[in-house]
Amino acid sequence: MSEVLEKPTTQTAVAKPLVMLRDLSVRFVSRDATMHAVNGVDLDLAAGEVLCILGESGSGKSVTLRALMKLLPRTARVTGRIEVAGRDVQAMNERELQDFRGSDVAMIFQEPMTALDPVFTIGQQIAETVVRHEGVTRAAGMARALELLELVQIPSAKRRLAAYPHELSGGLRQRAMIAVALACRPKLLLADEPTTALDATVQIQVLLLLRKLQEQLGMGVIFVTHDLGVAGEIADRVAVMYAGRVVEEGPVAAMMRAPLHPYPRGLLGATVHGGMRGQRLTTIPGAPPSLETLPTACSFAPRCAEAEPACLAGVPAPRSPVPGRSARCIRVAESGV
Amino acid sequence: MTLSPVPDRGGPAQPLLLLSGLKKHFPIRGGLFGATVATVRAVDGVTFAVRKGETLGIVGESGCGKSTTARLLMRLMEPDAGRMIFDGEGVGQDAQTGGITLKEYRRQVQMVFQDSYASLNPRLPIEESIAFAPKVHGIAPAEARARAHELLAAVGLAPATFARRYPHELSGGQRQRVNIARALALQPRLILLDEPVSALDKSVEAQVLNLLVDLKEKFGLTYVFISHDLNVVQYISDRVLVMYLGQVVEQGPVEAIYDRPAHPYTRALLASRPSMDPGARRTEPPLTGDPPNPINPPSGCRFRTRCPFAEAVCAEREPVASDLGGGHEAACHMAEPGSGHSQAGRLAA
Ligand SMILES: Nc1ncnc2c1ncn2[C@@H]1O[C@H](COP(=O)(O)OP(=O)(O)OP(=O)(O)O)[C@@H](O)[C@H]1O
Ligand SMILES: Nc1ncnc2c1ncn2[C@@H]1O[C@H](COP(=O)(O)OP(=O)(O)O)[C@@H](O)[C@H]1O
Ligand code: SF4
Ligand code: SF4
Ligand SMILES: [Mg+2]
Ligand SMILES: [Mg+2]
Repeated sequence: MSEVLEKPTTQTAVAKPLVMLRDLSVRFVSRDATMHAVNGVDLDLAAGEVLCILGESGSGKSVTLRALMKLLPRTARVTGRIEVAGRDVQAMNERELQDFRGSDVAMIFQEPMTALDPVFTIGQQIAETVVRHEGVTRAAGMARALELLELVQIPSAKRRLAAYPHELSGGLRQRAMIAVALACRPKLLLADEPTTALDATVQIQVLLLLRKLQEQLGMGVIFVTHDLGVAGEIADRVAVMYAGRVVEEGPVAAMMRAPLHPYPRGLLGATVHGGMRGQRLTTIPGAPPSLETLPTACSFAPRCAEAEPACLAGVPAPRSPVPGRSARCIRVAESGV
Repeated sequence: MTLSPVPDRGGPAQPLLLLSGLKKHFPIRGGLFGATVATVRAVDGVTFAVRKGETLGIVGESGCGKSTTARLLMRLMEPDAGRMIFDGEGVGQDAQTGGITLKEYRRQVQMVFQDSYASLNPRLPIEESIAFAPKVHGIAPAEARARAHELLAAVGLAPATFARRYPHELSGGQRQRVNIARALALQPRLILLDEPVSALDKSVEAQVLNLLVDLKEKFGLTYVFISHDLNVVQYISDRVLVMYLGQVVEQGPVEAIYDRPAHPYTRALLASRPSMDPGARRTEPPLTGDPPNPINPPSGCRFRTRCPFAEAVCAEREPVASDLGGGHEAACHMAEPGSGHSQAGRLAA
């Protein structure tokens, strides 16, 4: 592997988080409704760490991710503080954003064609990104493109430089999109369900590839998924979202062994896995709330078997029974600090 | 007139549905005159039986022919070759020649799709969608509506609240319940479910799976359950059929398939499941590459381009299904004694 792609050696002395979200809220305001998509999210990501945001559809995962790159539409009202690599994302102007996207942070998606341009070859797309961000020659850009295709384990990489996206199979297209995202060695990779549409045997290949690249390049990764198994395979830490809030956060193994909050506990029980044959599945009754009004109590209360009147008194604050884990539930004990 | 449940004819040992040698090839047209330039071998010689009262799971990766098999099974399209026998009667033949007409067959076999909008009319309240087919079959409107309400209650939707709602006024899980009620309206014997829970969130998926288990019991149904989710198929199925590139590579009782998978593809597919245990992460993927294109499938065994055990014979001859005992069979040269593979017969019964 060439030195251009190696782990960046510049390590800041103080362990300042790579990503810092404080009280992030996003509303979508239209003439006839307001959608409270994200309602006060605090998250930290250390350099070189993999955080999975886990949650059901509509819980605010993608909106949170897009806010980190300032990629939300004009109808979005964003409040709170978003810091990536020490830079205030909210304060960036268009020029700064251009530079920021690609070199500090890059994003991959479920559908690779949202990120790839159908009329340019894979080689052209990578080279063009490198030339634009780093001012190198076209030839150097193409050389980097070849290295990247090899890095993401695309077979016959040299030949594939000249391929158009539609000429690649689903798994290869996903790899090509990852190569484009890595073109300028981002410190932070944002991944929005990148393996959800893939077949089982291809999904595991892409997950293992991402994990390996993340270690090799020392990137921080925020990986959105609704699949507990995927989180188990790739995450260091997990943040579980429900109705626009993080209801539980902590190391993946601890969370999957014994969730603190009733919602992830229910989710774990409802997720079918081996050895459940013949058993009745535990379910969470009902469905997530509409986000047209801002929840003023625990949003999970209508579906929660453990709810009590105090749950409706206000939005539960995060409680931390052990260092490194927290949950927004009044039944979780606060450790004696 | 009321629709009465269809009595069993052939007895418990007679498969409810038998498909044999089913083929469906799609021509790809191109060029100036629309000449056929290639052929997609979507379903290429598929044989299996659905037993009375069972749930048969069908798994396989995208494009392996699951939905095409489903459309053939429903007779939404005509097969290019093959035979279908429903409870001892040839499907699509008339009664004089010992057959069952397509009209009668379509009453007894119903389908639920992944896309919960697909089979509901967006301009009709859901009770009308459920009552529609019975009315076509001559049931009086008032009776059809009463029956629709019963079915809504059976799928867990209170008729007083839901009967007059339109599809867009329901959540995905509720719409899927309506689709299940609609599929039950003609009192079918077989329900084909093509990825019925794949678009649902996990907490809702579990509700619908519990419901399917209850309804099967209550109405004495037989299911064919298609899914790419190996865990869900293991949970719900009695027997499982594994497809690869338009063919069945392995089938058998669910325990045999999941505990003793014989075909190298089945083994790799099962090993590809995320582990649910962050302490036991895999480091190497079980397979490399994507499934090849069904337009030009590899010669001999179609899995040989990805199979770690492939040998010369695998390129030369197509493996046939070999019996591994207890209704478990696999189409691999390693399962066939004397096939010429160096490990031939190693897996045999
Ligand atoms: N009408 C058609 N014309 C041409 N090719 C078709 C047609 N219908 C299906 N195919 C092809 O036949 C193959 C099998 O398709 P099918 O829909 O049965 O796959 P599947 O197993 O259901 O996949 P998935 O898991 O993605 O639903 C695919 O390669 C598909 O592209
Ligand atoms: N551009 C938009 N305009 C209006 N509402 C939106 C927009 N994008 C997302 N939403 C709403 O915000 C909520 C959270 O969405 P999202 O973050 O995409 O959920 P997910 O957790 O499935 O990724 C949903 O209710 C969604 O409908
Ligand atoms: S705060 Fe109350 S309602 Fe909310 S999750 Fe905890 S126990 Fe349930
Ligand atoms: S027949 Fe040969 S290539 Fe096919 S699965 Fe068996 S060993 Fe592998
Ligand atoms: Mg999303
Ligand atoms: Mg399909």
